[in-house]
Amino acid sequence: MTLPTATELPIGAVVTEPGSTRRNITAGWRALRPVIHDDRCVRCQLCWMYCPEGTIVELKGVFKVGNRTYDTKYEINYDYCKGCGICANECPTKAIEMVPE
Amino acid sequence: MQVQKTKHIEALTTNYAMAYAVKAVDVDVIAVYPITPQTTIVEKISEFVANGELNAELIHVESEHSALSAVVGAAATGARVFTATSSQGLELMHEVLHIAAGMRLPIVMAVPSRALSAPISIHGDYSDLMNARDTGWVIYIAASAQEAYDTVIQAFRLAESVSLPVMVSYDGFLMSHTVEPVELNDEEEVRKFLPRALRPYTLNPKRPVTMGPLASPDWYYEFKYQQVLALKEAYKVAKEVDSEYGRRFGRSYGVVETYRMEDADYAIVAYGGASYGNARAAADLARERGIAAGVVRVRLYRPFPTADVLKALDSVKAFAVVDRAIMFGSPAEGPLYKDIAAAMYMHGIDKPALGVIHGIGQRTIYVEDMYKIYTMLRENPRKEVVFMGVRV
Amino acid sequence: MKVYYKTLKDLPREELFAPGHRMCAGCGAAIAMRWITKTIGPNAIIANATGCVEVTTTPYPETAWMHPYIHVAFENSAAVASGVEAAIKALRRKGLWDAGDTKVVVIAGDGGTYDIGLQSLSGMLERRHGVLYILYDNEAYMNTGIQRSGSTPKFSWTTTTPVGTAVRGKIQWKKDIMGIVMAHRVPYAATASISHILDMVNKIKTALEYTSEGPTFLHIFAPCVPGWRYPENKTVEVARLAVETGYFPLYEWDHGKLKLNPPSNAHLDKSKRKPLKEYLKLQGRFAHLTDEEIAELEKELDAYWEYLGKLAQL
Repeated sequence: MTLPTATELPIGAVVTEPGSTRRNITAGWRALRPVIHDDRCVRCQLCWMYCPEGTIVELKGVFKVGNRTYDTKYEINYDYCKGCGICANECPTKAIEMVPE
Repeated sequence: MQVQKTKHIEALTTNYAMAYAVKAVDVDVIAVYPITPQTTIVEKISEFVANGELNAELIHVESEHSALSAVVGAAATGARVFTATSSQGLELMHEVLHIAAGMRLPIVMAVPSRALSAPISIHGDYSDLMNARDTGWVIYIAASAQEAYDTVIQAFRLAESVSLPVMVSYDGFLMSHTVEPVELNDEEEVRKFLPRALRPYTLNPKRPVTMGPLASPDWYYEFKYQQVLALKEAYKVAKEVDSEYGRRFGRSYGVVETYRMEDADYAIVAYGGASYGNARAAADLARERGIAAGVVRVRLYRPFPTADVLKALDSVKAFAVVDRAIMFGSPAEGPLYKDIAAAMYMHGIDKPALGVIHGIGQRTIYVEDMYKIYTMLRENPRKEVVFMGVRV
Repeated sequence: MKVYYKTLKDLPREELFAPGHRMCAGCGAAIAMRWITKTIGPNAIIANATGCVEVTTTPYPETAWMHPYIHVAFENSAAVASGVEAAIKALRRKGLWDAGDTKVVVIAGDGGTYDIGLQSLSGMLERRHGVLYILYDNEAYMNTGIQRSGSTPKFSWTTTTPVGTAVRGKIQWKKDIMGIVMAHRVPYAATASISHILDMVNKIKTALEYTSEGPTFLHIFAPCVPGWRYPENKTVEVARLAVETGYFPLYEWDHGKLKLNPPSNAHLDKSKRKPLKEYLKLQGRFAHLTDEEIAELEKELDAYWEYLGKLAQL
């Protein structure tokens, strides 16, 4: 890869694209992968709230799980999850399992 | 050609002239911490703000480090900013000097120069400024209150054109506290000379950018090279700004000023008001006594005006450089001397050049001392650094 | 504090802090950054001190920040923010500010606040700039590799306070930064923990709104996985135990009144606090502590609570 020259770069090292660390996929940091068992999830939001990376995605819609219906479902964006396991540690119903990659 | 018709002349110290220039420029944010001999600048600015004559936010910071940091923040937000300091204050700012230049922020700072501790001295020399000479700032050294006033206005134009911070320095006390007549510009005309231009990047939630990131070895060098290019550009732009200023306001100085150099065999190269004034008086005296003497004054110190200095010294047989600062342990202790020596070496010029260290801690430089330098040049042209005016 | 968010359902959903940054897995400060950025909303400028958060979020040519963001140096983020705030004021007065009611927020670590940045923080508070200063406290210089700071607790291991035969960890107590800030008579200062998100975001929002009166300050407790030596999934648990054992009380200083917030409001009664040992035993930095040393820490904690109790009665 050829990097830009001094005259091609914005002056003063200004980073012009907000949120551009998104280009850096951190999935490779993970040794353990969190897996949400939706049947045990009570939608308490704690995993979403405590995730340091914001990788727990909150989906809105109608979700049938057994004989229950929820308006929310939580999924994990594995591109950025670093596998810290805070979500699993905080989950009150043990609905998140940490599985080796 | 447009030259002002009605003249408004005030008797001002150079420090007060700074404050008048800041007012004319319509600065938005000023952050200054008191230090001798700078203090009367911020006092006068405070008066202007208190009387509603200057519509600016004046931040009474708790240190010079914070003074420069605050104007860095304000300049990054798009404001026109000013600060001033001397001596230990400039030393305390040192870390942020590099950052302001690296972030390419158009900051203007006045530096009435002063000796450095220890022992403590409140008096003038250029030790403070010379420690800041390689920080990436443009540096002017003025030789009169009028020139300092005009240079601050030019400095804003230059800073905003090339995105670099600019220092305007001058002799502490010998100029900062000395009253001279200063012709003040019409403020409306100054604002026409300095239109508000939209900067490419500022801190604004409508156009978010990140400033001051971490640059790895793959990126860092390019940003430093950008600064090298910007200073080269500043050499050119400084001349253009000075010419345009001359057309509008009737006063211009060039980047290097010469006195009786047309047929001079011997020259003194100097900077600042006291050195320049006494060197000119000595040149007059020397010429009366049959020595073809002249003076070269470096007004733009960074970027170094190599071509102009070499041209000015082109036909002399020998020259001396009077430095009011000591670079301890250096092969030549005078900073300007070393600059000129390097410039000449690079251009294959070999001439007798005397380095003279004088005026340290405001030790008086007499006209007779300057005259003596001319006689030394004539009688024994050589390459050497001498410490003049000191008891040894 | 004003309650802007009653339940977790009310929490702001939009993410304003991008993933892909290089903060450690399980970083407590990362949780703080995520909620600070969400809560302050997009119309704010952030001034960040040098530190772990700064270096891990801005590797050129990338940035995790979606706000206008500036980093200048370690000790001067409060001075930089003072300049940003003054610039907005001056430009607005001259009709040159087009972004409306823009807030200014400092984010700095404990080194940049308790130690090297204390002077510029004091200056900013004394001059009453309308700036929200947020301290994320991970109790040591983590960016340079876990050296002790003025915030490091007594007996804690760090790389510059090793556990030796003559000296066992840090000798001195943690500095009372909230006391220093409160002494500047700021309109609002509060402590918060990344374990108590609702409390934290309401304090962030309250402190942000109070910047119209002057400077405000938040002290956010943010555990550090490598520095405190605990498993990376325990960050929130460690932070929660810090609050529940009374080690890190949640309280706010609102216009001269000190108020303890739940659950700390019950902790003036020592029997309602969990034993300090439960907090200490999770962390490798305290693994060397003897029962006598733990008793000394408990005694000091009791004295601190007595002091807080007196402040709460003022």
